Amino acid sequence: MSTRVQTQGRLINRDRPVSFKFNGALMKGYQGDTLASALLANDQMLMGRSFKYHRPRGVVASGSEEPNALVNLGEGNRFEPNQRATSTEIFHGLTATSQNHWPSLEYDIGIVNNVLARFLSAGFYYKMFIHPRPFWKYVYEPFIRHSAGLGKAPDAEARDEDRYEHFYAFTDVLVIGGGVAGLQSALTAARAGAKVLLLEQTPHLGGRAPVDGGTIDGLSPEAWVEKARAELEALPNAQIRTRTMGAGVYDHGYVLGYERLTDHAPETAGPRHRLWRIRAAQIITATGAIERPLSFAGNDIPGVMLASAVRDYLMNYGVSPGDRTVVVTNNDDAYRTAIALVQAGLKVPAILDARPQGGGALMDEAKALGIRVETGAAAVKVKGAKRVHSVCRGVQAGEGEVLEEIFCDAVAMSGGWSPVVHLWSHCGGKLTWDADQAAFRPDHDRAPTSHDGNPFVIASGAADGAFHLKDVLQNAANAGKTAAGRVGAEGVDSAAPSGDAPEEAPLVPVWMMPQGAQKKLRMKAWLDYQNDVKVSDVQLAAQEGFESVEHTKRYTTLGMATDQGKLSNINGLATLAKALDAEIPQVGTTTFRPPYTPISMGAIAGEARGEIFQPIRKTPMHAWHEAHGAHWEPVGHWRRPYAFPKSGESVHDAVKREVLATRNSLGLLDASTLGKIIVKGPDAGRFLDMLYTNMMSTLKPGKCRYGLMCTENGFLTDDGVVARIDEDTFLCHTTTGGADRIHAHMEEWLQTEWWDWKVWTVNATEQFAQVAVVGPNARKLLEKLGGMDVSKEALAFMEWKDGTLGGFPVRAYRISFSGELSYEIAVPANLGRAFWDALIEAGKEWDITPYGTEALHIMRAEKGFIMIGDETDGTVIPQDLGLDWAISKKKEDYIGKRAQARSHMTDPKRWKLVGLETLDGSVLKDGAYAIAEGTNENGQTNTQGRVTSTYHSPTLNKGIAMGLVLNGPDRMGEVISFTNGDNPAKKARIVSPVFFDPEGEKQNV
Amino acid sequence: MLLITCPYCGVAAEETELHGGGEAHLKRFGPDSSDDDFTGYLFHRENPKGVHFERWRHVNGCGKWFHAARCTNTLEVFGTYSAQTTEPPKDILDTIRAKRPGFKWRDIA
Amino acid sequence: MSDVALALGGATFDGLVKIEELAGQGMITLRGDLTDKAIVAAVKHVFGVTLPGTRETAFAGSTGALWMSPDEALLLCPYDAAQTKADDLAAKLADAHALVVNVSDARAVFQLRGRMLREVIAKLAPVDMSPEAFTPGMVRRTRMAQVAAAFWMDDASTARVVCFRSVAAYMFGLLSTSADDAAAVNHFAG
Repeated sequence: MSTRVQTQGRLINRDRPVSFKFNGALMKGYQGDTLASALLANDQMLMGRSFKYHRPRGVVASGSEEPNALVNLGEGNRFEPNQRATSTEIFHGLTATSQNHWPSLEYDIGIVNNVLARFLSAGFYYKMFIHPRPFWKYVYEPFIRHSAGLGKAPDAEARDEDRYEHFYAFTDVLVIGGGVAGLQSALTAARAGAKVLLLEQTPHLGGRAPVDGGTIDGLSPEAWVEKARAELEALPNAQIRTRTMGAGVYDHGYVLGYERLTDHAPETAGPRHRLWRIRAAQIITATGAIERPLSFAGNDIPGVMLASAVRDYLMNYGVSPGDRTVVVTNNDDAYRTAIALVQAGLKVPAILDARPQGGGALMDEAKALGIRVETGAAAVKVKGAKRVHSVCRGVQAGEGEVLEEIFCDAVAMSGGWSPVVHLWSHCGGKLTWDADQAAFRPDHDRAPTSHDGNPFVIASGAADGAFHLKDVLQNAANAGKTAAGRVGAEGVDSAAPSGDAPEEAPLVPVWMMPQGAQKKLRMKAWLDYQNDVKVSDVQLAAQEGFESVEHTKRYTTLGMATDQGKLSNINGLATLAKALDAEIPQVGTTTFRPPYTPISMGAIAGEARGEIFQPIRKTPMHAWHEAHGAHWEPVGHWRRPYAFPKSGESVHDAVKREVLATRNSLGLLDASTLGKIIVKGPDAGRFLDMLYTNMMSTLKPGKCRYGLMCTENGFLTDDGVVARIDEDTFLCHTTTGGADRIHAHMEEWLQTEWWDWKVWTVNATEQFAQVAVVGPNARKLLEKLGGMDVSKEALAFMEWKDGTLGGFPVRAYRISFSGELSYEIAVPANLGRAFWDALIEAGKEWDITPYGTEALHIMRAEKGFIMIGDETDGTVIPQDLGLDWAISKKKEDYIGKRAQARSHMTDPKRWKLVGLETLDGSVLKDGAYAIAEGTNENGQTNTQGRVTSTYHSPTLNKGIAMGLVLNGPDRMGEVISFTNGDNPAKKARIVSPVFFDPEGEKQNV
Repeated sequence: MLLITCPYCGVAAEETELHGGGEAHLKRFGPDSSDDDFTGYLFHRENPKGVHFERWRHVNGCGKWFHAARCTNTLEVFGTYSAQTTEPPKDILDTIRAKRPGFKWRDIA
Repeated sequence: MSDVALALGGATFDGLVKIEELAGQGMITLRGDLTDKAIVAAVKHVFGVTLPGTRETAFAGSTGALWMSPDEALLLCPYDAAQTKADDLAAKLADAHALVVNVSDARAVFQLRGRMLREVIAKLAPVDMSPEAFTPGMVRRTRMAQVAAAFWMDDASTARVVCFRSVAAYMFGLLSTSADDAAAVNHFAG
């Protein structure tokens, strides 16, 4: 059994017990424990079930590479699935449940898949689920949904309670990893004068060194780490962040750091995670190495662990994974585990070393402790179900003959070490195959390059393939020096400290144990624990023709899911290479993509949640609208009132009331969102002539003109009223959504095409609040306010004038988008609310009625005025809309003119704008299509037009619509059928789009 | 995430401050142009793996459009320069020729 | 008109920094060649400052100028004086190619006071806020989270942040969230 031992445990505080729950059972650990170490201390070796076969799985690693020990963490609003027990620090009250089992972890019905394993081989999903098609819906999908998958999704009603934030940091040198290599690189770079930021994903500095032993400059690694930390923290140009993972390296020195602030102490105030958005001139990846499992049968049985993890649990947390641990290895490092176990009073029945010659100094040390060492040996298979029972010993050179069964309750395996090259590779760093270490390591000649074309990532220590302590330190110092040099920090050239550790004998690559294992064994030799991929699956993929490692990955799922193959990668591609009879470097690796381990969605979103999820633009009158029950409509980032329903009134009724009140007496619209761009200069008129289809240069000061803007593609992009302020100055109104876009459009042409034209623009949209005062009593209201002459003579239709109204400084435009007598009045934004209040107060005698965007839309549709975004969709030209009157025939050029002469644009068969009236007075559906004779080659009904705007008109008390119809303007009076799911289709008559007051008698008074 | 220096305000701006504007040095063809010329102007674009000339706007910044000479393969930025020119300046071309001997882009080499 | 209605009515927040929506900031946008002698002289005359260099600020008591781009400056003065000064400047530049617009109502201005202001800004803007990179006398136009913004430091513990009026509530929410007392990063402390 696994248990807490009385000695060891450098990271735990035995004076601080911590209680937590796993699958409902109360358990005890210590401050400093990870969930994995605490579970092991409670003899909870079984931590989950595998993805496909539901095999019982225990923890295999001790760090972020862990594939098995994934748990559901927390409850309710703090529930999170797929959290690694190995990198979860326990705290008082933590609750965790195991995943992917039913009804319980101990007794799981899905284990039946295990029996069916030979039918669930590589490519199973692709092969099985194609036919028959109905099976997909009724058999396959329910089966997969029930039995596959890891953690469960949070409850749909749950809301993350925590806060998150971003932080932008800039540094000369970013060191990722706070082991002895990272610390040494940081020290060297910082001593030279570079600004250094060091990130360490765990709470502790030092990495593996304190567990692995040796001495640094005569000090224990632990003492040296403390000294290095103190020196770095004292330097003004260096900073250390622990619990912060370098998640990804991106173009031009951009790095995401993932800081976990309160995961270990959830009751702490402040953000839970902080996403560091770092720009570094140089990045040192001191990310260490990951031990490889060995591929032998039964290597996934709970109790089979990486040798380094067994050592970590013992020395860091005072936990023994078993009383009797067999060590299986192809290298010297695993001997450290055997030595540590025996020194702690635990039993190591045997070390099975695959190498015929065995190891070096560490082997001698183990032998001196009385440990039995078998060289040239193999673990043929491990026996056990939910726990290791024994190891069957054979010879590595053989096919699996069992020579001896060794009883034990844990197995510590080591297939050698692979440098963590992920961050080196994220942004294009290439790898080279190191045959001596049987591992890929960074190819220094092919480092990622930055914006200046120079390398910007340097690997350090074990991440660069330096494994002996003295090599690690020298390599790390070199990395620090190189980085400092590249950022121009040439201060102190500090020498590397000297590292002392036993010399190690070379490893012998072992990709299958024993090397000639029969199929029966290979089918139980796991490569990828998380995705249940076995040696036999990869071999089958190769046999079926999957030669590319990327294809094999997807076919077999090797290296997918949350751990992205941190343990399985090299073993998998070595197996593939062997099956293909190719060299490992020729097979290559799959692509390393960020993040290194999963990061929270909350961290990515940062502060963007709740009220500040996205900017909501508010006009100066927003609070009034809110207080008066506005039903909101989002228009871009603006919120505009759609209507103002009164208590007990439906939105539809409110819209109807607002239209009628405006048509009959007096309405008020907050038009502040309309874009207002000032264009000035001697070439302003010439510029606007290019921008608009109309002639703007002939507009007289004091006058307004409605204009259309097209893109160079010829398509209508915006419209609005242009007012000429003086000889040199125009004010261009744009649509609500168009202000920023059209201002950018103007600047683009001025800066990049007509840069010699003398024109300046300013987007003054937000300087003004603008109110449309609309209806037969509009003039009376303004006259009541007083201050300027708003008579027909003084301010005629399509004129503007500056003055005062009720004491407010105003600019009044006589323009109308409703067909009524109408003034749009601009005041400085800070006076907007006061002006609005004054209008409301003064308008009471005419029952002044504020109206929203829907009433606005209806009134413009009644008048046949087009709306950008309704009648236009990026494929419509002004000519389609019968707006030829707004297209100057005199101008040689305007943006879009040439495009409008292209053959498709002049095609008489283009659908054109008409009005539509249903025969029964009902309202056509938005987006309905007009049906034509016959069907197209796909068997779909042919069409001859579509509805672009459709409303119930309160003024006319019937449905009105606008639409684009084939030869529409020539078919007045004809009845055609429309459908948008309507059966039978609705009959509508083609009429003029101007439904109301065609002569303009109401507005021109 | 790209880092491009705006030649107008000198800020080494990250991509979120910038807005890409597609290919640089297009010659506008207007109403009297042939269908071929106009189609070329409006639709035909270079798609190099290597040296490319692009337009960018420092939209969350000084608001200026500028040109960037960039390698689409390595993302190296050879230089940025004024938008108010019809062709890349000599110093930029010299830099590219030194770093990418034999490069060709439209009729620039 | 000093009693103008601010977007947020003078909102305040006290956390890592003190945040206050400022009243009475007049602003005038000037478009023109900032190296044009006539323009430089007119600004000097009306606002009492020499137009600042690239990404710099210039102040003379209650008036000042911020460099916005090679052909744009944001001129500062008391709110009540803005229209007069804008008219005055426009008149002086009648013969120059320039555009002067009073935009005093178009924006919201927030003052940040406190030692941690660099951190609060660095949570929102992709700008190096370390003391060696950004100092009083500089102005930066950028984005803060999802909106355009500009800021400058008046002194080591005072900064002003400007955004459009319509997003004042969003900006105040951003700043006050970032200035949460429990959210110190302590990045620039050492």
